[in-house]
Amino acid sequence: MLQLKEGEKEEILACVKEVLGENSKTHENLIPVLQQVQKKLGYLPVLAMEKIAEGLDVPAADVFGLATFYNQFRLNPPGKHEVKVCLGTACYMTGGDITLESFERRMEIKESETSPDRHYSLERVACVGCCSLAPVVVVDDQVEGKVTPTRVDGIMLELEADRDGPAGEESGPKEGGNSEQD
Amino acid sequence: MSEEITITIDDGEIKTHHGEKILWAALENDIYIPHLCAIKKETRPNASCRLCFVEIEGHERPVTSCTREVEEGMVVKTRSPRLDRLVKTGFELLLSDHNLNCRECPANRNCALQVIAKKRGFKLKRDRIKPIEREFELDDSPAEFAFDRSRCVLCGQCIWADRVEAEVGAIGFSNRGLKRVVTTFNDLPLADSICTECKLCVDVCPVGALYYKKDQKA
Repeated sequence: MLQLKEGEKEEILACVKEVLGENSKTHENLIPVLQQVQKKLGYLPVLAMEKIAEGLDVPAADVFGLATFYNQFRLNPPGKHEVKVCLGTACYMTGGDITLESFERRMEIKESETSPDRHYSLERVACVGCCSLAPVVVVDDQVEGKVTPTRVDGIMLELEADRDGPAGEESGPKEGGNSEQD
Repeated sequence: MSEEITITIDDGEIKTHHGEKILWAALENDIYIPHLCAIKKETRPNASCRLCFVEIEGHERPVTSCTREVEEGMVVKTRSPRLDRLVKTGFELLLSDHNLNCRECPANRNCALQVIAKKRGFKLKRDRIKPIEREFELDDSPAEFAFDRSRCVLCGQCIWADRVEAEVGAIGFSNRGLKRVVTTFNDLPLADSICTECKLCVDVCPVGALYYKKDQKA
């Protein structure tokens, strides 16, 4: 689970409080409340789910169950760069799963996760609507067609180049170095 | 509510009362119907295990006996080639991702799946449906019991015990489809969750998923 950044805790608490204030506190409102919180925060942090459970008086395990049941909810914050790999029928048949695996390996995260530095997040989607370009990947709303593992390396290079400032550049190679030693 | 009703199950007449579900009427009269997820006190059963199918005269399709209330003069059949086939498929689907290492299971000889297999002549093997291999982390964080999800049949008995009997709300279903599991909030180990370790869930588990550490084998 990702660490919350400074000030994020306060932001989450304020957001949940606001949304709970706008809705009547009944079990039936769980989905709308989750949707509204996600709309404001971009995702559903653990802290938010806890507070929503408290506010609506439903077991936290149920809130978690619901948030993991529906694809519309995400439990990890969107990364600076969002990569969506299509696994619709055409993309799946042309190797979309291999493309997804390549991203998972290069980003060192699994599907639906966000890298610890929040530079990347990786998702799978079902059909982007351009099956003739299969396998398709959407990188920050930009559609990439016929994405082979080699093209994944190219996309990763572009995204790596966008690390900001010396702090980001330092953390990049350092992590790589560690994994080589392991 | 306690109005007496007579129904026929497998050519035998039984007496039961208004509002009773076929499954419980049968079980109370020593007529066996396979079942895993059924909870007598639940007014809206999940009917998720798909094992308690029966045929009712005048109904074209088999129905789940845990959801169907008895009616005066109802004629019910618990066995027929069609029913047996339906239940067998449901059973095989349950086994498709079940850890079949019975020898090392704490519930061996005390397992609802073994009972169903014996009563209906099913094999505890996977030959028709492709097995699904998954890796689960054993949660042995509680002091006296442990939870092995590789043996879980997702019947929901433990969740009912946790919610209704213990009134805790520590566990629930998460995810869906093949990824569905019984888990705590945020997938925490039970000892780190709000679980009070009352062990009511262990007592109702029909298989060897939730078990006492003292019963552990190997």
